[in-house]
Amino acid sequence: MRPLLAPAILALTLFLLPAAARAAGGMPQLDFANPLTTYQVVWGAVIFVILYLLYSRWALPQVADVLQTRETRIEGDLEAARGAKTAADTAIAELVRAGHEAHAGAQAQIAEALAAAKAEAAAQAATLNAKLETEIAAAEQRIGAARTAALGAVQQVAVEAAQAMVTRLVGTGIAPAAVEQAVASTLAARRARSQEA
Amino acid sequence: MAAGGTIDALGQFTLHPALGRIGAAVHFSQSNLFMVIAGVLVLLLLWLGMRPRALVPGRLQAAAELSYETVMSMCVETIGPEGRRFFPFIFTLFFFILLGNLLGVWPYFFTFTSHIAVTLAMAVFVVVMVTVVALRLHGLHFFSYFMPKGVPIALAPLLIPIEILSYLSRIISLSVRLFANMMAGHAMLEVFGAFVVMLGGAGLLGIVPAGVSLAVNVALIGFEILVAALQAYVFAILTCIYLHDAVHLH
Repeated sequence: MRPLLAPAILALTLFLLPAAARAAGGMPQLDFANPLTTYQVVWGAVIFVILYLLYSRWALPQVADVLQTRETRIEGDLEAARGAKTAADTAIAELVRAGHEAHAGAQAQIAEALAAAKAEAAAQAATLNAKLETEIAAAEQRIGAARTAALGAVQQVAVEAAQAMVTRLVGTGIAPAAVEQAVASTLAARRARSQEA
Repeated sequence: MAAGGTIDALGQFTLHPALGRIGAAVHFSQSNLFMVIAGVLVLLLLWLGMRPRALVPGRLQAAAELSYETVMSMCVETIGPEGRRFFPFIFTLFFFILLGNLLGVWPYFFTFTSHIAVTLAMAVFVVVMVTVVALRLHGLHFFSYFMPKGVPIALAPLLIPIEILSYLSRIISLSVRLFANMMAGHAMLEVFGAFVVMLGGAGLLGIVPAGVSLAVNVALIGFEILVAALQAYVFAILTCIYLHDAVHLH
């Protein structure tokens, strides 16, 4: 747009100026008979230099100072934030590690307690078994003794009963040895049969 | 104004003494008065804007910082890192012209950038400063600027005068561009403003064209604000480009 704008405005000025200039009698900008035309440049230069000094020495350094302060502040804050983040990261890593450690410790303790309990239970079971074994053995022994005793008694009873029955039936006694033998043989035969069965 | 049936489009550019008798005695014109007003307005913006020195700027401080950062980035991006040295000058130049142009759009205010003497003085200063900077940085090597590298030596008699001419014509292009833009805009505003008065006073038939002229003037005011900002930017950015050439020699 700019390359077109300047020539267009120049052309328009050149087109407008003759008509206007005829009416006004020349451009006031080129009226160098007026001392104000040259003095405006002199005053303009003075004003420009004063403005330059005021801006460069007083006004602009203030802006630069504020911008600089803000930049260092933001930089410092960012630095602090970065430090805080690193600290937080290490703290989180520490926490995770401690969690893992606690977990592992707990597992080990559980396993240990479990093993101890198992061992104790096994030991108890073993002693109990041994005690039972001995008791069973003793009981079996007693049973065996009682049985032999009982069996001995059965023979005795059978002999006495047989004697009594023979006495009743026959009316006279019988030789105890014969009865004993007969009972013994009968019992032996029965025992053998029951063993077969 | 529309005096006696003719349009005095250029009367608005006539210089008058300002500040009464003292001003008249030292030839201080209303043009210079507006230079002072323009400069003081920018000083006020910077002073009032930066007074809070807030970490989070308010509106005025943001405007002041924006003015600083815009010109600073213009300097650094166009000239390079060396542009920081020229920043106060470019800042002064840009806001001097910008406020001069913008104040001129205000009714009854004087546009000092519509005077060729003012714009020519600024352009001459810019070109002389650019040349001094180039000579101080590069010494006599500066004159190689007028003889680009890789050009056959036979072309030198043709090329060097052209380059020197184009170098010197910066003064003309820089000053006339600003001066012509501002003067043409204000002359057109005056012409259409006079149309409004003349046609509006010419009875029933003139009402419609007077209204059209008024509408044109409204549009022209908007256009003038654009031109005011644009021409100040162009002047400043061209100065930066010339400084870039002076610092880097092509």
